Amino acid sequence: MRNVLPVTIVVAALCALWYVGALFMNAQLQHDFFANAGNTSYSYGDFAAAELNMDRPKLPAPHQIVSELDRSIFQIEPSSKRSLVYHASITLQETLLGFVIGSGLGILLAVLVVHLAGLDKSLMPWIVASQTIPIIALAPMIVVILNQFDITGVLPKAVIAAYLSFFPVTVGMVKGLRSPDPLQLDLMRTYSATRWQTFFKLRAPASAPFFFASMKVAVAAALVGAVVAEVTKSEDGGLGARLLAGSYYGQTVQIWAALFAAAFCSAALVGLIGLIDRATARRMGYAS
Amino acid sequence: MLSPVAKEGRTLAGERVIDVADLSLTFATADGPVQALSHIDLTVERGEFVSFIGPSGCGKTTLLRAIADLEAPTSGAIRVNGMSPSEARAKRAYGYVFQAPALYPWRTVERNIALPLEIMGFDKAEREARVAKGLELVNLSGFGKKFPWQLSGGMQQRASIARALSFDPDLMLMDEPFGALDEIVRDKLNEQLLRLWDVTQKTVLFVTHSIPEAVFLSTRIVVMSPRPGRVHDVIDCGFPRERTLDIRETPEFLEVANRVRQGLREGHSYVD
Repeated sequence: MRNVLPVTIVVAALCALWYVGALFMNAQLQHDFFANAGNTSYSYGDFAAAELNMDRPKLPAPHQIVSELDRSIFQIEPSSKRSLVYHASITLQETLLGFVIGSGLGILLAVLVVHLAGLDKSLMPWIVASQTIPIIALAPMIVVILNQFDITGVLPKAVIAAYLSFFPVTVGMVKGLRSPDPLQLDLMRTYSATRWQTFFKLRAPASAPFFFASMKVAVAAALVGAVVAEVTKSEDGGLGARLLAGSYYGQTVQIWAALFAAAFCSAALVGLIGLIDRATARRMGYAS
Repeated sequence: MLSPVAKEGRTLAGERVIDVADLSLTFATADGPVQALSHIDLTVERGEFVSFIGPSGCGKTTLLRAIADLEAPTSGAIRVNGMSPSEARAKRAYGYVFQAPALYPWRTVERNIALPLEIMGFDKAEREARVAKGLELVNLSGFGKKFPWQLSGGMQQRASIARALSFDPDLMLMDEPFGALDEIVRDKLNEQLLRLWDVTQKTVLFVTHSIPEAVFLSTRIVVMSPRPGRVHDVIDCGFPRERTLDIRETPEFLEVANRVRQGLREGHSYVD
């Protein structure tokens, strides 16, 4: 609980900074509004209050985003297309499916790279190269190509999410599966253990800390991938589609609310994995 | 080569467990080849406790690892129970105790001891019985549910000895198992190991840096010298099987210790 104070201070400082930024960035816009309306006699207080409550500010104030989140999460039916719950559930579906595909593929690749001599040199460069292509360039192509095979709906977007999430898993798990020290490996050799036994009784459990660290990065990356995919293919909805719609109509408050919703989803998923991580670590005797 | 009596294999003594003939081993390193072992000849009979002593770099660990099929010799021959080291390893002929306990940190002590049993396919009841017996043998009863980090260094090394003994191999290969422990703990473990050897009738090959440890434990001491690693002297120690640390004060003990020390000095040239 002694973390409460520093956390509160940081949050308060960020909010204060944000309000200053909002006042600064929206000043010109608000000034023009008042000028157009012929309103010339206003106090600094009136001006600031108006500035922080504009319909389409350049930078919305925190309380505007909070009230937009409240409206679009709690006040609107979750089945409505104007509800963030509706869009977030679409994004989460794609994220989770992509995360499962991506981490599965990532683990498989890591197991292959660790066990098959030569794959480290022949396959790893391609895996690294795959991540140098901007996903925003690749996403439309993946959608088009999969569409050719009549694959539509959630799956193409999950594939894009998987494309981003397999990489940290492969890199982390290769490191994790190689983490047993030579003595621990020699021990298995003295028992004439098979590769499978060495894998399940040594390499896999030794990689657990790396596994959970990779999973956290992968699930966050999967969500980014899903949002990017939704921007590419916005007719199906999702937080990405919500972002795109917001930017079409200059609805900055809506954009920021969708952004925060995505961040909360991501944080919740990472937090969930963190909980499983801690429970597993306790069972494995790492935590006291 | 074997005497008719030894061929029978009935008597405890006289049966040849280890036969090393003209063994050489060269490591290829970035700085060029390094000869770790040069023309080693050695035989060990069943029930013996043979210590290998020598300065760092004399190849004593390498010799043990070659016998365990963890290193491949460059030339020469090794027979373990009449088999090649790889056959002997496949038959799980030996238990190996490393310099560090090498316990798996995510396994409790009892599950660490059960590890070789799981790999070798012992059923659950048998595993539990053997783990309980092993814990008792090394005085760790009651610590089975602890994780390795909850144990002292000496207890961890005892757990690793119980692990090596769990599948009841006839041969124990021990590579400086007590090297990292303080002298008080080491003395105590030496006594326990001696008793263990007496009770279990194992053949033990034991690598050490310590002269008193070697003299106290062994039936035979192999003094090795470095660059390249070779056998300098083999010294017999005929102390009775039931002995305590007190014998370290006797003239006989000091005489053997002196001979070992002299052997180490002769073999170790500081000129090069």
